[in-house]
Amino acid sequence: MSELLLPPEHRYAKIIKEQLNEDGNELSILNLGPTHPATHGIFQNILLMDGERILDAEPTIGYIHRAFEKIAENRPFYQITPLTDRMNYCSSPINNMGWWMTLEKLLGVEVPKRAQYLRVIVMELARITDHLICNSILGVDTGAYTGFLYVFQFREKVYEIYEEICGARLTTNMGRIGGFERDWSPEAFRKLDVFLEEFPVAWKEFENLFERNRIFIDRTVNVGAISAEKAMAYGFTGPNLRATGVDYDVRVAQPYSSYEDFDFKVPVGKSGDTYDRFCVRNAEVWESLSIIRQALDKMPEGNEYHAEVPDYYLPPKEDVYHNMESLIYHFKIVMGEVPVPVAEIYHPVEGGNGELGFYLVTDGSRTPYRLHFRRPCFIYYQAYPEMIKGALLSDAIVILSSLNVIAGELDA
Amino acid sequence: MALENTAIQEKLAATFGEDVFNFQEERDIFSFEINADKNTAIILFLKNDPDLRFHFLTDLCGVHYPDNPVEKQFAIVYHMHNWYENKRIRIKAFINGENPEIKTISNVFLSSNWMERETYDFFGVNFVGHPQLKRILNMDEMISFPMRKEFPMEDGGRTDKDDRFFGRTVDNC
Amino acid sequence: MSDSKINMVAPPEGVVGEGFFATKLNDVVGLARANSLWPLPFATSCCGIEFMATMASHYDLARFGSERVSFSPRQADMLLVMGTISKKMAPILRQVYEQMSEPRWVIAVGACASSGGIFDTYSVLQGIDKVIPVDVYVPGCPPRPEQIVDGVMKLQELVKSESVRRRSSPEYQELLASYNIK
Repeated sequence: MSELLLPPEHRYAKIIKEQLNEDGNELSILNLGPTHPATHGIFQNILLMDGERILDAEPTIGYIHRAFEKIAENRPFYQITPLTDRMNYCSSPINNMGWWMTLEKLLGVEVPKRAQYLRVIVMELARITDHLICNSILGVDTGAYTGFLYVFQFREKVYEIYEEICGARLTTNMGRIGGFERDWSPEAFRKLDVFLEEFPVAWKEFENLFERNRIFIDRTVNVGAISAEKAMAYGFTGPNLRATGVDYDVRVAQPYSSYEDFDFKVPVGKSGDTYDRFCVRNAEVWESLSIIRQALDKMPEGNEYHAEVPDYYLPPKEDVYHNMESLIYHFKIVMGEVPVPVAEIYHPVEGGNGELGFYLVTDGSRTPYRLHFRRPCFIYYQAYPEMIKGALLSDAIVILSSLNVIAGELDA
Repeated sequence: MALENTAIQEKLAATFGEDVFNFQEERDIFSFEINADKNTAIILFLKNDPDLRFHFLTDLCGVHYPDNPVEKQFAIVYHMHNWYENKRIRIKAFINGENPEIKTISNVFLSSNWMERETYDFFGVNFVGHPQLKRILNMDEMISFPMRKEFPMEDGGRTDKDDRFFGRTVDNC
Repeated sequence: MSDSKINMVAPPEGVVGEGFFATKLNDVVGLARANSLWPLPFATSCCGIEFMATMASHYDLARFGSERVSFSPRQADMLLVMGTISKKMAPILRQVYEQMSEPRWVIAVGACASSGGIFDTYSVLQGIDKVIPVDVYVPGCPPRPEQIVDGVMKLQELVKSESVRRRSSPEYQELLASYNIK
């Protein structure tokens, strides 16, 4: 059977042969992916199996490589946000805001407090939806479909808030240099209030379904554990690292967008196993909710939603039609006539899965000279073969979904 | 007591002398260039020195500068982070454009394994000593290194676009 | 039954008499096929998340006879390709299509699957119709769940009106031959 899958010179073929000669135990090869329904994304793993135990794994990625970095070199700065949307599509607003903040750092734009708070709200909403998908899908993979159906309704509610803010549901393309493209409508705030009232009840119930559930605990405790040292060596960041007990969070280490104004805890786990990753994400959702409430409370008066930077901020359309100055600015921005400093910038934000970094090299033209995304998924997914070694096949699926590997971010 | 730029600079200059140069604070990150031959030694030193403790490799990527002189056409950029002092540094190593080659650091940082493979895939930089240097994102059959500036972005196989209007010249892949 | 909210599918055109109903075989087969399309979600990226929303409680694709999501190509009628298909992925998509048994239909969900979308790059296949025949295209990046549901309903119309002989017709064989699918 294995000859069909692998060429005879493959190292697994050799291992199988040796093992067969040694004690007559026939190891087998299993191809997991790239279209396996349980992998939530397209990655291939060729597994060397002894019965149901995984001895070794060989991952292949790149099935959804879309050349973001090459496209970015050919697009003006403001046309790169749609690319960042599609990178981690479970939490696109974080990516959008991260990209705008990189540009603001490059251009030296000071964002007004109110716009910063609005950004914090939308980023925390995105974090909630990201963790919500990850944890509910982990539930599906352990056999509990109810949780998914239950909390997915609230993802729709968040989508409705996004729609009020920017008009799109999933790939939001939200914001501008210096703030937002328009002020949030009263309806957006009303929907946010409703969400803040209803969601905690549902999330509490979701937690109750899982946290003390015998089956869930049996499936996840001590499954796919990784030590803190190993996790740091593999470049883990975000909830997966925090589950191992390291409290590194970009929001605390290098506060951006006024995160220093808010009081929140960085939840950490202990053993770095699947259950800890689940619990850390759960706890982070509560922290995110608390940050959103604080931001709403502290929200400065007024309706300032963007910085006064006419060189970079597109003027309102009606002004462009009736006002000479606005027309000139509009023309200059669209045609790339505004000066851009020559610099190298690295800006990290805490994405849904960890430190999402933008390394931008400019040469003074309207497009980046080089834009590199530090994608957390890409970096920590390399630990996956090691994490599933010795585990059962069914555990491999659970570990993968608890790592929350997003294919779009993995392959860029 | 925060880790000062000057302290890092003095320490590196004392150990590696001429191999580390061009120190500057670029925006909010302290950055410098290194001699590409010494990359593994310098990064290992930065990681293990009890004062510097840059124990986390944040990022590794390549940049192509086709307009530079031939011995400086590619840059490998390392971002390292010291979580204890919350200090980031950026290290640049310039390498030859005709035969891009640099030593691997995958024995220092496990996480650099795939990042080096990605850089090889995009730029064709040969990481000497890498355990498994092959393409990671693109197909194995591909012959071009797509992120080099001379290769076009677009797919050559598209028939519904008129090439004259889109500046497409040669087939890529 | 008068207070039931269940909408039954209207019977096809035919002759009704005392204890019998005569109609065309085509119509009956089409009706049965159209209202029990088993989807095979081939989700690769962003559109897959919107498909999850389509399947979940709010939009509920099950209302249209697609309750059972079939992850095995052998038991699926409707291949929903959602998301970017890269050149590396194209042979796999084709293999999945070849594994499906006739009759089979394909919906290209989203701009990427329909035309490559914004990713006009060296690594992305510029529309899945380069490798497999497509019946319905759903535009949008990503399309809203309503649009996906609309695409499925459009496909149902196609299925209803399809002749039972279509799959053995020379035109269809020619179409498959043009894609080099046996």
